[in-house]
Amino acid sequence: MKRIYLDNAATTPVKPEVFEAMKPYFSRDFGNASSIHSDGQQARAAVEQARHEIVEVLNCKDSEVVFTSGGSESDNLAIRGIVESAVGTRRLALGGWQKNPQTADQLPHVITSAFEHHAVLKTVQMLEKSGEIKATYVKPDKEGLIAAEDVKAAIRENTVLVSIMYVNNEIGTIQSIREIGKMLEKLNSARSEASTGRRIYFHCDAIQAAEYLNLDTKYLHVDLMTLSAHKIFGPKGIGLLFMKSGVKITPQITGGEQEWRLRSGTENVAGIVGFAKAMEIIQNAKCKIRNYNSKTEKLRDKLIDGILDRIPKSRLNGSRERRSPANVNVSFFGAEGESILINLDLAGISASSGSACTSGALEPSHVLEAIGVKPEWSHGSVRFSLSPETKEKEIDYLLEELPKIIEKLRKMSPIK
Amino acid sequence: MGVINDADAEATIGNPHCGDVMKMYIKVAKRPLSQKLKVKSKKLDKQTENEEYIKDIKFQTLGCGAAIASSSIATELVKGKSLTEALKLTSDEIARRMGKLPPVKYHCSILAEEGIKKVIENYENRRDKNQ
Repeated sequence: MKRIYLDNAATTPVKPEVFEAMKPYFSRDFGNASSIHSDGQQARAAVEQARHEIVEVLNCKDSEVVFTSGGSESDNLAIRGIVESAVGTRRLALGGWQKNPQTADQLPHVITSAFEHHAVLKTVQMLEKSGEIKATYVKPDKEGLIAAEDVKAAIRENTVLVSIMYVNNEIGTIQSIREIGKMLEKLNSARSEASTGRRIYFHCDAIQAAEYLNLDTKYLHVDLMTLSAHKIFGPKGIGLLFMKSGVKITPQITGGEQEWRLRSGTENVAGIVGFAKAMEIIQNAKCKIRNYNSKTEKLRDKLIDGILDRIPKSRLNGSRERRSPANVNVSFFGAEGESILINLDLAGISASSGSACTSGALEPSHVLEAIGVKPEWSHGSVRFSLSPETKEKEIDYLLEELPKIIEKLRKMSPIK
Repeated sequence: MGVINDADAEATIGNPHCGDVMKMYIKVAKRPLSQKLKVKSKKLDKQTENEEYIKDIKFQTLGCGAAIASSSIATELVKGKSLTEALKLTSDEIARRMGKLPPVKYHCSILAEEGIKKVIENYENRRDKNQ
């Protein structure tokens, strides 16, 4: 039996066209893009052409895109890079480098959300713990949405960075990035006119949004934005950080000064080419199909309705309206997430649990906790993530199997 | 797996907060002391010639695959054993019988061991109260 893959938020298969585009850059056109000779120049041309294709989607300049090894690295570069650069600026302002130039209220302040991806959350927490920054974690509401006013209320004189994700990876809720971006822009221009406070940079982890939402950086009013190839049918090990001209950032990987001196390391030529091809395929499809998202949205809604109708004591986590076309996150009372996953796997269906055990950690999901889901429910949560390739008959099959699995597990459970 | 409706004792351990809840049910019966033990307890009086053993045991578990498997193996290991023997069951033994249990799942075997101990304890308390 053909397996049904409903874990596209974890990763996607490389599309054959993407793989084809990448193939020449392993054995045939293998050059190092920094080399002077023609092998190198061929690689350079491939990298720059790929970059050019990507910046068209992002509506930015070529020099504003830095390729990295993936989403986690981009998030780390954005956060650590901005913080270090802010500390450097402050040190200079105080008249040169001193060992501990800052009192607590002079420390750079970072705002993020309580349900960010761990690549952002743990990085901010670590900087906070080591005494390099002060941090505020803005809470989402019960629907899993961050209010722009709450971000605004968290801003202090020393705030240097706001990092909010575009689409939550577990519950798929879409944040008002444009609204937050515009609010920060307004605040920044007021600050610069009055010469008070620092410039606040706005970073957005847009990894889960890339397939379906607008990535125009000018429309979104973002200063930094993270993207990753393997969530959009591209290869693993390649991502990027958009960085608006003028954003001051300290590189985190030093060496040969590739990528505008911001990210050293020999370019992953095949990866970069594959990334651009994956982006190009989405753009072409969006031109051809009038409403690219609607097919996925319809299947998502069918799945949500089907589950809530057929399975008692089930609930949808996160807003139904402001939701990624691909995300279904549901909880079942009296059935544990990992057991559901194992049973789904035996039935040929791949899904993931937003809750315990996924990462080996036993705590309930920090995302579900942040939106106020009680542990009895969050332990029984499952995430199905669709893609434009998902077929209706796959959803039908899932809707037949899932009620049987939940019933079986509930029979085993001492808690009804 | 399942419920014993007329169980001599039951015990619930873990809590839904942590994600794992196990419930154990036992039926206890008496039988003559096994030959080996008889030799050891030769000097004891006639009353102790009988031992209590686990005639039947069932479980219900809300938890991950390892938690369900741990409960299942633990109940299989103690079924038919005397209470004294059953109390000797360790989480290590449960983990060993399961093959390779990853460190992050050790707590599942510990929970199963605690479940067995707790249900026997509940039985003994109830029995002693009734005497």
